[in-house]
Order: sequence, then C-alpha cells, then structure tokens
Amino acid sequence: MAEHFPLGLILLFPAIGVVFNLFVGQRAGRTTVGIVGAGVIGAAFVVGAVAFGRLLGLPTGGALTSTLWPWIEAGAFKVDVALRFDALTAVMVLVVSGVGMLIHIYSSGYMAEDGDYARFFTYMNLFVLSMLTLVLADNLLLMFVGWEGVGLCSYLLIAFWYTNPEYAYNGRKAFIVNRVGDAAFILGILTTVWVGATHGLWTLNFVELRQHIAWFGPATATMICVLLFIGATGKSAQIPLYIWLPDAMVGPTPVSALIHAATMVTAGVYMVARLNFLYLLSPDAMELVATVGTITCIFAATIAITQPDIKRVLAYSTISQLGYMFLAVGVGAFSAGIFHLMTHAFFKSLLFLCAGSVIHGMGGEQDMNKMGGLASKMPITCTTMWIATLAIAAVPPFAGFFSKDMILSGAYTSGHFGLWLLGLITAGFTGLYMFRLMFMTFHGESRVEPERAHHLHESPPVMTLPLMALALLCVIGGWVQLPEGWLWGGSFSRFLSGSVGIFKPALEASDLGLSILSLAVSLTGALIAYIFYIRYPGLPTYLAWRAKAIYQLLLEKYYIDQIYDALVSRPLFFIAQYVLFKGLDYYTIDGLVNGTGTTVEASGDAVRRFETGNVQHYALIYLIGAVGIAAFYLYLVMR
Amino acid sequence: MAPPSYYMILSAVLFCIGVSGVLLRRNVLIIFMSIELMLNAVNLAFVSLSRAWGSVDGQSIVFFVMTVAAAEAAVGLGIILATFRNRATVNADEINLMRW
Amino acid sequence: MSGWLTALVFLPLLGAGFVTLQSDERAAWRSAFIFSLIPLAISFYLFAAFDPQQASYQFVERYDWIPQFGISYHMGLDGISLFLVLLTTILIALSLLYSGGGDIGFRVREFCFFMLVLETGLLGTLVSIDLFLFYVFWEVMLIPMYFLIGIWGHGRKIYAAFKFILYTMLGSLLMLVAILYLVFRARTALGHLTFDLPDLMSVPLTMNEARWLFAGFALAFAIKVPMWPFHTWLPDAHTEAPTAGSVILAGVMLKMGTYGFLRFAIPLFPDVAREAAPIFMALAVVGIVFGALLALVQPDLKRLVAYSSVSHLGFVVLGIFALNPQGVEGAIYQMLNHGISTGSLFLLVGMLYLRRHTREISEFGGLWQSIPIYAGIFMVVMLSSVGLPGLNGFVGEFLILLGAYLHTWLAALFAVSGLILGALYLFYAYERVMFGPITKDVNKALPDLSLREIAVMVPLLGLMFFMGFYPGPLLNRMEPSVLALVQRTHTHIARIDSPSATSAVVAELTKADRSR
Repeated sequence: MAEHFPLGLILLFPAIGVVFNLFVGQRAGRTTVGIVGAGVIGAAFVVGAVAFGRLLGLPTGGALTSTLWPWIEAGAFKVDVALRFDALTAVMVLVVSGVGMLIHIYSSGYMAEDGDYARFFTYMNLFVLSMLTLVLADNLLLMFVGWEGVGLCSYLLIAFWYTNPEYAYNGRKAFIVNRVGDAAFILGILTTVWVGATHGLWTLNFVELRQHIAWFGPATATMICVLLFIGATGKSAQIPLYIWLPDAMVGPTPVSALIHAATMVTAGVYMVARLNFLYLLSPDAMELVATVGTITCIFAATIAITQPDIKRVLAYSTISQLGYMFLAVGVGAFSAGIFHLMTHAFFKSLLFLCAGSVIHGMGGEQDMNKMGGLASKMPITCTTMWIATLAIAAVPPFAGFFSKDMILSGAYTSGHFGLWLLGLITAGFTGLYMFRLMFMTFHGESRVEPERAHHLHESPPVMTLPLMALALLCVIGGWVQLPEGWLWGGSFSRFLSGSVGIFKPALEASDLGLSILSLAVSLTGALIAYIFYIRYPGLPTYLAWRAKAIYQLLLEKYYIDQIYDALVSRPLFFIAQYVLFKGLDYYTIDGLVNGTGTTVEASGDAVRRFETGNVQHYALIYLIGAVGIAAFYLYLVMR
Repeated sequence: MAPPSYYMILSAVLFCIGVSGVLLRRNVLIIFMSIELMLNAVNLAFVSLSRAWGSVDGQSIVFFVMTVAAAEAAVGLGIILATFRNRATVNADEINLMRW
Repeated sequence: MSGWLTALVFLPLLGAGFVTLQSDERAAWRSAFIFSLIPLAISFYLFAAFDPQQASYQFVERYDWIPQFGISYHMGLDGISLFLVLLTTILIALSLLYSGGGDIGFRVREFCFFMLVLETGLLGTLVSIDLFLFYVFWEVMLIPMYFLIGIWGHGRKIYAAFKFILYTMLGSLLMLVAILYLVFRARTALGHLTFDLPDLMSVPLTMNEARWLFAGFALAFAIKVPMWPFHTWLPDAHTEAPTAGSVILAGVMLKMGTYGFLRFAIPLFPDVAREAAPIFMALAVVGIVFGALLALVQPDLKRLVAYSSVSHLGFVVLGIFALNPQGVEGAIYQMLNHGISTGSLFLLVGMLYLRRHTREISEFGGLWQSIPIYAGIFMVVMLSSVGLPGLNGFVGEFLILLGAYLHTWLAALFAVSGLILGALYLFYAYERVMFGPITKDVNKALPDLSLREIAVMVPLLGLMFFMGFYPGPLLNRMEPSVLALVQRTHTHIARIDSPSATSAVVAELTKADRSR
C-alpha cells in the first residue's frame, strides 16, 4: 500500500530556490532570479507529477511515503519529519506547485520594475516550500510547521512594500490574527497527543490516528476538532478571525493570487479534509464547521457587493468561497470541498492575476470608480477574466459550476436545508458582485483619469501567458468530476476516496434540478449587476442614497474592525500600560522592593550619626562595650 | 620570686595607662605608642602566666604578638606619615574625614 | 578522574590572570578571546564524548577538600548540565568576540578579566555536585557581574548593579541557611557531615522540614530565574548592563535559577516539589502573560527584550514543574533556546545602540532600507524567539506545553496565550523599528553589520536552525538524566509516610506513568 518515494525532492527544489535567491539573488540579475524562482517550483511540480503517476498505479487508498529524519523525541513522545503522498496530498501538491509556478512566471513580469526582486522571489519560494510541507506532512506537528511557515510568508509578503506603515501594520495584523488561531491549533494537537498517551501510543501520525480512531470519544473528538477548526478560521479567514484577509490585499497582487486566494487560505479546508475521520466522529464539530462556513460565506458576499477596491472585492469573494468549502466539508462532502478548493485555486488566482494586470496597466490604481471601459485596451486580460468570472459564477461548463453544484447538492442531500438555502442565496450574490466588478472595470463608460489613460496598456506576454494557461484550467478544470452517471462522472471523488472516504447522502435529490436552480440564482445576480452597472449606471448611487444605513454598514464591513479594536486591541494596551506596567509592576512590586531599600537607608541614616570620624570616640565606645561585657560575665560568675 | 598576681596587677596597670593614652591624648604618635603599651601589657600577662603554669603556650603567643606589633608599627607609621603629608597634622581630632 | 572539568572551570581563571599581565588593551582582548576558545573546545569534546545512555554523572572528579566538614571537590556532568555548559562557553566566546568591536569603550583589559572570572563562576556552578562547592561558585559569579554592570553599564548602572546583587544575595543567603540545616540534618541521619548532593538526597526529612528547606532553595532560584513577582531586578540589570553583560545575564545566568530547581530543589525535596507544582505552574503562567504584556508597552528596545525574558523563563518554569519527561526536556531545551535567541536579541540591540546611542523605539523606523542585513538577521532571531516551527524555539515551547497539558491542561490553555502575545510584542517592535519610512535623517546613513558582527551572529543563527530541525542529538543526551529526575519525583515518598501508604501511592503513580 505504502510505497517509498523520494518525496523530499518536492521540498528540496523550493528550498534551493530560497537559498539561491537569498544569498545570490541580489547579484545574480533579474532574469536569473526569475528563472530560478519559477524553475524550482516547476521542478517541484514535475516531481509531484511523477509521484502522482506512481500513485495512480497503486490501489485506492495507497500512498507514497518517505521518512526524512527523526524530529522530536522526548520520553514516549516521538515525531518524525516524514512525508506522505496520498490522493489528497497529490491534489494539493499539484495545485500548489502548478498554480504556484504559473504565478511565479507571472510575477517575473509583474515585479519587473521592483527594486527588491530577489527578496520577493525568496519569500515566494519560501512560501511554496512551507505550503508543500503543510500538505506533505504525515503528522500534525510537521503540518503545523508548514501551517505557521505559510503564515510567516504571508506576513512577509503583505508587508513586502514595508516603507508604507499601513502595509507593515496589515502584515502584522495578519500574522497575529493567524497566531490566535494557531494557539488553538496547538491546543488541539496537545489534546490529540493526550488521547494517544492515555492509551500508550504517543502519536500525531495521521495513519496511526486513523487506525486508533476508537480511542477518541465524542467529547474529546469534538474538543480536538473545534480547537483545530479555530486554527482553521484563522488561516482560512472565517468568522471570527477573517479580518486580516481583506487588509492582506496591500501585498503585491501575485501574492494575493498565490497565498490569499489559491493556496494558503485553503489550508484550513485541507486540514479538515485530512482529519475527516476525526471530524466524522463529532457531529457537533461538523455542524459548527458547516454553520460557520455558511455564515461567513453569505456575510462576506454581502460586503463584497459594495467595495470599490477591485482587490478587496476579490478578497471578500475569497472569504465567501472559502465559506463554501467549509460548508462542504462540514456536511461531510469532503471531496466536494477539495474539488472546490481546486477549481477555486484556478479561477480565483486567475481573477487576482487579471486584477493585477489591470492594476499594472493602470499604474497602480485599484479603485473601480476610476476604471471602466478597459476591455478594448486590455483584450487578453478582459477575456481571461471573463472566463474566470463565469467560472466563479458557476456557469456551465466552467470549472466552478461543477464544484459549487457538488457542494450545494451535498448540503441539500445531507439534510441541511437552511445552510443550503443560504448557500444558494450567496450564489446570487456571487453573480452580482463578480459581474459588478467586470462591468465597472471593463465595460461602460471610461472613468479613467486622463493622466493614466494615455499609458494604459496590455501586459507583456510573460504575464498574459500564465493568464491564458489558468483560463484554460478554469474551463476544463471542472471536468475531472462530472456529476455521477455522466461519462467519467465522479472520478475525482473516487480518486480521493482513499483519503477522505465517499460521501453518502442522506437524501436522494435530483441533481439536475438543483443545478438549474443554482444556475438560475447566479444568473439573476448577474442580471441585477447588468441592470445596475450597464443599463442604469445611476441606479447604484440612488440606491445607496436611499438605503444609506445599510449601504454604509456594508461599505464599512459591518464595523467589525472597529469593534475588534475597541474590544480587544485597546483594552489590551491599556491594561498592559497602566494596570500592569505602571500600576502593578512599577509602583507596587518595585515600590515594595525599593521601599525595603529606602527603609534600610533611613535606619542607616539615623545610626550613622555615631560615626564622628574621630578614632578616639570609637575607641571609647569600644571600651565601654568591652567593660560592659566583662561586667556582665563577672556578674554571672559572682551571682 | 614574686607571686603571679603581682605581675598581673602590673600588667593591668600598664594596660590601663595604655587605654587612657589612647582615649585621652590627641597626638596620633602618642596614641600609637599607647597601643604598643597595651600590647606589651598583654605580653607581660602571657609570659608571667606561662611561667606560673609551666606551659610554653603563652610564650609562643607572645612571639606572635611581637611580630604583629612590629608589622603594625610599620603599617601604622606609614599611615601616619601619609596622613601628615596630606593633612599637615598629627592631631587625632583633625583626622576625621571618615565620618558621615 | 579525568580532569576535564577542572580544566574547563579553571582555565578561564588562568586566562583572567594572564589577561591582567597584558600591557596593551588590544593584546588583552586577544588573549581573553583565545582563552575563551579553550573551554569552548573542551565543552565540545565533552558533548561528543558524553554517553547518551547514562543517567548518572559523567567525567566525575572527586577529591577531599575539607574532610572535617564533609566538604569535597566533587564535580560531574549529566544530561541536564551538559548543554548549559556548552551554552555558557559559546556565549562567553561570542560576547567576547563582539566586545572587541568597540562596544566596550574603556578598560578593556579589566572587562576581559571580569568576563573570564564570570565564566569560571558560571561553569563551576554548573558542574558542582558538592553543595559547598556549588555555593562558592554561585556567589563567585555574582561579583564579576556586579562590576560588569556597575562599570561598563549605561544610565542608572549603579542602581541596577546594586539592585541585582542585593536581590540575588537575599535569596542565596536563605539558601545557605537551608543548605546548612540540611547538612546538620545529614549528620544526625548519616552520622557524618556531608555536603555531597547524592548523600543529602538520601537524608530523610519530615514533610514540614522539607517544605521549609524547599522554600529556602526555591526562593534563591526563583529570584534568579526570575519568577514573577521576584523579577523587578531583571529589567533594570538587563537594560543597564553592557551588551556582553546582558547576553551572559540573560543567556546563562538566569538559567542558573532554573538549573538550580532541576539539580537541587526538586531532587532534594521531590515530595514538596510535587506538592508545590501547581503553585509554581500558576506563577509561571502569570509570568508568561505578565512579561509579555509588559514587553508590549516598553518604549525602550532593550527593556522590551528584558521583559520578554520574564515571559520566556515562565515557560521554562512551567515545563520544569510539569514534572514529566516532556515538560522537563522541553524546559531544558527552552533554556538553551532562550540563551541563544535572547542572547542574539541583546547583541542586536547592542549593535543598534553602538550606531545610534539610543534604544528608544521611536528613534528608529525604516531601518530595513538602510541596514538590510541587520534587519534580516533580526527577523530570523525574532522568529526563533516567538517559537516559529522549524526554528529552535518551537521544539522547546511545544514540549513544555505538552508537559504542562499532561499535568494540568488549564496551565497549557493559559500558556498558549504567551505564544500570541510573544508574537505581538516582537512583531510590533519590529514593525516600528524596521518598517515604515525612514523618519530620522541619522538613520539613513547607518553602516550595516561589520564582518565581526556577522561572525558573531552566524553561529547563533546556525544553532537556531540546527536545533529547530534536528533536536535529536540534544534531546537524547538529556533523556536519561531527565527520566531519572522525573522518576525520583514520582516515586520518592517522604519517610514519615507509612509503608502501606507508600506502596499504594507508588502503584498509583506508576500506573499513571504508564498510562500517560
């Protein structure tokens, strides 16, 4: 079943890239850095593809393994640096390195004029390295290495243009919010060890945990799953820890595409899918995952409708789509979640890269109110972005259609009608905000500022070629999993079944009916966007004026940032500064310490008056003392 | 031979003279000599008791005392000289820098 | 009787003597540095020759010293002290190397002298098995540090030096009393005076006696660690000390407290340790959160690092009092991590101070533009300090959390907040110092790290990666000693307990051990 394979190579190549770009990159010249940066990811992809080929030769549930070296051993606890390549990992590795490679190629054009070219590619390679570690790990702790590693790279890349203090702040915000989730994640890991330890096997290995699944009672399973899921809400930007992702958009656009859309943010979904056997033990945790996912899904979609910044729309869209994925894994349709993860990686990274291309062409402008009518100036970007839009809006036969359909039918057939309905409504919102984005950017009248208009241009081929490649994937990417019964229908689920099992619906439902319904809702959203932004361009302003409160609420993102600031950030600093530092530490504890010193000093001051400096006074006192002692003893003897 | 108590009394008298000298005189040199007097008073007591009890312990200690006294004389005179050089006085009342 | 440990401990002292003979300051520094390399080489040899299977002391040397009082010259090395010895020799050599670069502006010879004397004190403390010998070295290490802070420090250096020495003295004198009580107790029990640790460990004590004695030891060590609320000497001493002094103070000296718990307080009074563990864990957790929150609001970069020590050492204490192999090994590991990463942070802050003569965070900003190598190295060090997986800090923190969780899950729950806050204060400071635009013109033309400074940092960075990726060689060397210690705390029962109760408890504990 498990076959040895040098999986370390998949990690080795990006690692070489990191080292090269870090130490040699500054001197090597841009072309070399670009080629090496993208090349090592390509090499990782090739190794991944070879491994994938080997995996296909194994029976379902087979895996390739490779133990690199023993890592932490203390007492009975033991964790290795060991890699495992099963069906789920295969999908992730190919997506991460494949999409990653395209984005690296794109970046070499996008970042061409940036002074810190080598540093950018160092971070990017480091990110891919961490992400691959995350998905290849055969145990929770090594997974956590990748988990935190991607968070670090996210921080570094958001704050890439560090001279802007706001960017630096946003980077830190991302890291800290992630760290909150990671703290819970650690607790989840600890609980897992504890469960194994009470049965004499200290393990975090996925295979071993799965073998000994009987050790986990419903309560412990729920606790572990909830804790790990809190970690996932941080990494995958779900309520309540989603707040960092929109702000993360200040990073270079390829970063947004790679990290904050295609790969890193999906780590939480991957984690839940990876631990599906554990989550299945806990219906409560599953319910929580599905509910949080769905609420995030619709919540973020409503915000996306009003945002003027092209990247922010995509950011909220990402949060919303991640919500879909959690809905899927929460109702038990793990393969649907992973499927959507994959298609989302294609279309969302394409959307971001296109947005990047627009921003590149516009000389840095991101406000859609200052765009419009760009279709003629940037035909390739416009076309590819339309393809991605159709994919995310779930229009057949584009990729998103199949995956979103699979999720909604999963929610419906598992009996979660409420969640299904919310998901369906969100599909409408998705159509609305995506078409709004397209119309505002590429169509209608041009609102471009004159000084920007004259140097508007299509991006160079090094950027447009990856766009076309991704566009192709957006078209055909969904075809790996046609609905059951069609042609090779269900092949993706079957491939994954060794890792995540087969979804067994509780209800029978007409797939076709559900599909048509969701398609109709999507298109309604699109239609509304058309009416609002092409047909009657004045309408949005009017509506915003009429429903001022709601519009303001959405525009300000439900004031969540302000609420967090008032409830968490400010009290924390206040308590630290005034209560703990000044009040307790400086005045109370140190006051006691210094008070002791002062007391001693004061008594010394009182006694030192005896020190006249005259030796004879001392001698006299000495004599009196000596006589006194002698007299005392004499008295004792005489008595 | 006189009984030991005679020597003891003489020793006590010498010691008291030494003490009064240390306490009452102002000249540091005199004070210093008074200290020597006290040491020798003790030496006398040691030697006489040593003889009275037929033990050499007291006598050997006297050698220690004399050695220490010699060393002390060297150091003490050195200090007095240094002080005199700096302060141009040997009056104990005026050598009182080491006070609060 | 190999003599390696004597050589290890006293060669620096010889070097100190040699240094004073040098007429030229440059030559004095050079000879001091060379002399610091010798114990470094010896400690590497000891690391290589150390037998990882053995729990007891190795390289033992034992001679009578003052036999009348049962005092012997008894030295040895086990899995607990081995790494602290290594840490000491490495940090002393590196901080001497760094100090040759202009950080010490005057009286370099005397500075080198005190550094080498300090090394003798530190190493002696670590290898002593005889409590008298231990106490001598324990006090010896205070004196050079007092002068290092008082002479070469900054700002309120005299105040800081005094506070440091008085605080520590208070604790150590109470410990001396406890030691003496124990020794006299040994005479009644064993028939002769002895200061030898293995002998003293076999002295039967009533629970009440043990509690008082434990308190005496624990106070000395708690001040040294320092545990909350005995920590207020630390920010002053660390902040005002010269860079090399801060490195040694934070890197090695604080570990003497935690080491003391492991070597003396817990093995001597295992029952009390078991009983008091919840209190110490609670204090440790308070320290973790408290130190981190205070670090958050410090305007002075060095003081920030100093408060971060309180937080990190809280983790160490937490791991020690979890009293299980994971916790204790994690704690030892974390001691090394803290020595390396906080030592590095102090070095980096010192480098910045050397360039700008200020440590106020608000004086900086945008330094990444002017000194990128510095900023990059600072980043790695910071990540090691916040316990990023893959670097050394994570291994220790994880094992400690695991140990704490297995002991009392609540402790781990609170302690993980330290992970968040730890990231918060360091990243917040980093952001204000390195990121953003350059706001002050002086910062534009700062010179980046010199070759010497890079040479100081590279070994430390190497250790961070090595210890993060491959902790095996370290963990397996400490394991037997740690297991023996843990075993003792779990099976040792005060002699006054009735035999039946003892066996019942032992059975219970072994069952618990097997199940955990």
